[in-house]
Amino acid sequence: MTQARGGLLRLAPVLTLILLAGPVIAGLLGTLIPGLGLMGGTPVAALLAWPGLGRASVLSLATGVAATALSLGIVVLILAALQGSAVLRVMLRLLSPLLAVPHAAAALGFAFLIAPSGWIGRALSPWATGWTAPPDLLILNDPLGLALVAGLVAKEVPFLLLMALAALPQTDAPRRLLVAASLGRGQVAGFVTVVLPVLYRQLRLPVYAVLAYAMTTVDMAMILGPSLPPTLSVQVVTWMMDPTLAHRSTAAAGAMVQLALVGVALAGWRLAEGAGRAALRALAEAGWRGTRLDAALRPLAAVAAGAVTLALIAGLAGLSLWSVAGLWPFPDALPHTLSATVWMRAGPDLARTALATLALAVLATGAALALVLACLEAEHRHGLTPTGRALWLLYLPLVIPQVAFLPGLQGFALRSGAEGSLPAVACAHLVFVLPYVFLSLSPSWRAWDGRIALTAATFGASPARIFWRLRLPMLLRPVLTACAVGVAVSVGQYLPTLLIGGGRVETLTTEAIALSSGGNRRLIGAYALLQMALPAICFALAVLVPAFAFRHRRGMAATA
Amino acid sequence: MTAPNDPCHTARAPGGLHLDALTVRRGADLVVRLDTRIAPGEVLTIMGPSGSGKSTLLAAVTGTLDAAFALQGRIVLNGQDVTRLPTRARRIGLLFQEDVLFPHLSVAGNLAFALPAALRPRAARMARVEAALAEAGLPGYGPRDPATLSGGQRARVALMRTLLADPAALLLDEPFSRLDAALRDQIRRFVLETARARGLPVILVTHDAGDAAAAGGPVLSPLGAPA
Repeated sequence: MTQARGGLLRLAPVLTLILLAGPVIAGLLGTLIPGLGLMGGTPVAALLAWPGLGRASVLSLATGVAATALSLGIVVLILAALQGSAVLRVMLRLLSPLLAVPHAAAALGFAFLIAPSGWIGRALSPWATGWTAPPDLLILNDPLGLALVAGLVAKEVPFLLLMALAALPQTDAPRRLLVAASLGRGQVAGFVTVVLPVLYRQLRLPVYAVLAYAMTTVDMAMILGPSLPPTLSVQVVTWMMDPTLAHRSTAAAGAMVQLALVGVALAGWRLAEGAGRAALRALAEAGWRGTRLDAALRPLAAVAAGAVTLALIAGLAGLSLWSVAGLWPFPDALPHTLSATVWMRAGPDLARTALATLALAVLATGAALALVLACLEAEHRHGLTPTGRALWLLYLPLVIPQVAFLPGLQGFALRSGAEGSLPAVACAHLVFVLPYVFLSLSPSWRAWDGRIALTAATFGASPARIFWRLRLPMLLRPVLTACAVGVAVSVGQYLPTLLIGGGRVETLTTEAIALSSGGNRRLIGAYALLQMALPAICFALAVLVPAFAFRHRRGMAATA
Repeated sequence: MTAPNDPCHTARAPGGLHLDALTVRRGADLVVRLDTRIAPGEVLTIMGPSGSGKSTLLAAVTGTLDAAFALQGRIVLNGQDVTRLPTRARRIGLLFQEDVLFPHLSVAGNLAFALPAALRPRAARMARVEAALAEAGLPGYGPRDPATLSGGQRARVALMRTLLADPAALLLDEPFSRLDAALRDQIRRFVLETARARGLPVILVTHDAGDAAAAGGPVLSPLGAPA
């Protein structure tokens, strides 16, 4: 019995990697084959005949690269200039809980902020702008994609910042900075020449994930991006969802072009990394001290940090306020009355959709947690160490754009009849939930004091008993946090839900985006608020449940 | 309850812990070389500076040696060869420098964890736990949070927990070095006297000459040289 279970446990890492990489590879093949016209038709010719192709491709590339470069630049600027400052502390306290906000909710909030009739416009009207009615300006959905870039930056800066802060302790930064300062380097100059090169190595995969996401996002681009033509991935999805099914192979061809664009961008980014590294080395060796830089960059960093924090928070506050707004004419900054009308009228729909969203999240997160725990336990019991290649496979679903392999996967789901069912959508969510659950849980799991297991083993305790009675309860807090991360990822999924669900599985995210092109701000606000609330409640539970369970155990108190 | 360390059971096989031509190598380096027999109630003290192979010896005896090490010879406990047994089947108790109490369990929960599963019912388990607490001078401490105990109290709970698992031998990994001088003497006497009273062979790893003197037995380096 134990032998057999040990055998199964040993297979867990392989099974997990198959479940991760399998759908990605199968989906890519399923996109490639119709995309090349191997299943009939002339998809490549049809794609080339679309007059928007060139502009859509350039838009994808430019908005994605611009958003990633700006986000990374702001993160480096903040870390270099604001290390240890009160501004950074306040920013982190405000942003950490918002990391779990789904992309669509963040984009909708940002849209409510910058639209001509949004909060910024209202705050400046009529005294500064002279507007008494919302002007007919294309601020949202501008043809250059500037709104999309700004929205992406507001969402990705917090992500990269927290990833960087998590990696920072491994870079020996305080001592390196002290040495640099003692050698006459300014704060920013010291940071970029002696800490950044080491830090960036840890940050590389998250940056690639941001680049791939920013280039190919569908939900944020539908809300904030240009429309005639849209970015390439939005156009691919439009073709996919065409009810006549006539454009499916064109969509597949477009998805392959999109994948190639991401490949080109990643390769270009890689080259730029090398150039950046060489430039920093040259600066360091040339004795560049940059002492006068700090005074100029510190305020700039504070402004950037403040703008990103405010954009996200004010946007989300605006969404919440709209959902309970009564009469709110332009250009008033606040509604005249508050009303629960939308919540009452849409209550049954909201509840049904929230329940479906939660069911998907629980299925996907439960499966992901079981697999991750099995992997980590196999690693511990059998002394397996994950290779760098395995870690790359973990990131595969995060770096390969969804729009490149989900169309192929949808083809399989259609043919097998699984399309449109809740379990099929949950399986698709699992591919994206699993890496995040693993990344969230594995550091705490591996950092667990091994002497506890050794002590228990000397009492004759079996590995299973050590797992269930000691390791799992002692790690309850990180396990629940990983679950909350999983729920947040699942709740935020748009494209997998839309494509594998065939439009028949409705979640808060798909509904909020479906409503976004209409004008019902109160209803959009209600859906987006619930979309934020679901992960937030899970994160709150991840704090409260261990605090209650271990309220009489001082040794289990949260250390952070 | 069986009592395998009862002299009646061990009369035929030579009792105690026998390190039978035990060597541990890391590549070409010899890290441990011991060939000695520790009688029931006797304490073998292993002394040496850091990096001299003390922790390698402990890993060899507990069965947690890293794959980078090569072990030869045998570890025989009360006549049974335990060299290839997993840690949990060896019945060798271990006390660390820190007490390593389980922070999420009460004091009683910690002690009950170590009791053999065969001991039933629950009332009998709790009676054993309470008796152990009384023996350690901590009656009524069962429901307490281990984090609220003093260093000396924690050390005694850790020892009682190790003993409740009914070990046939005891390994002490510098268990007194974290305690301050006054407490150190008291806990050391408590641990050594308890082990002696139960007739357990003991390996004490330390770099403190005071520990070695208190133990009173032979003192060797990890390479078997008299220290």
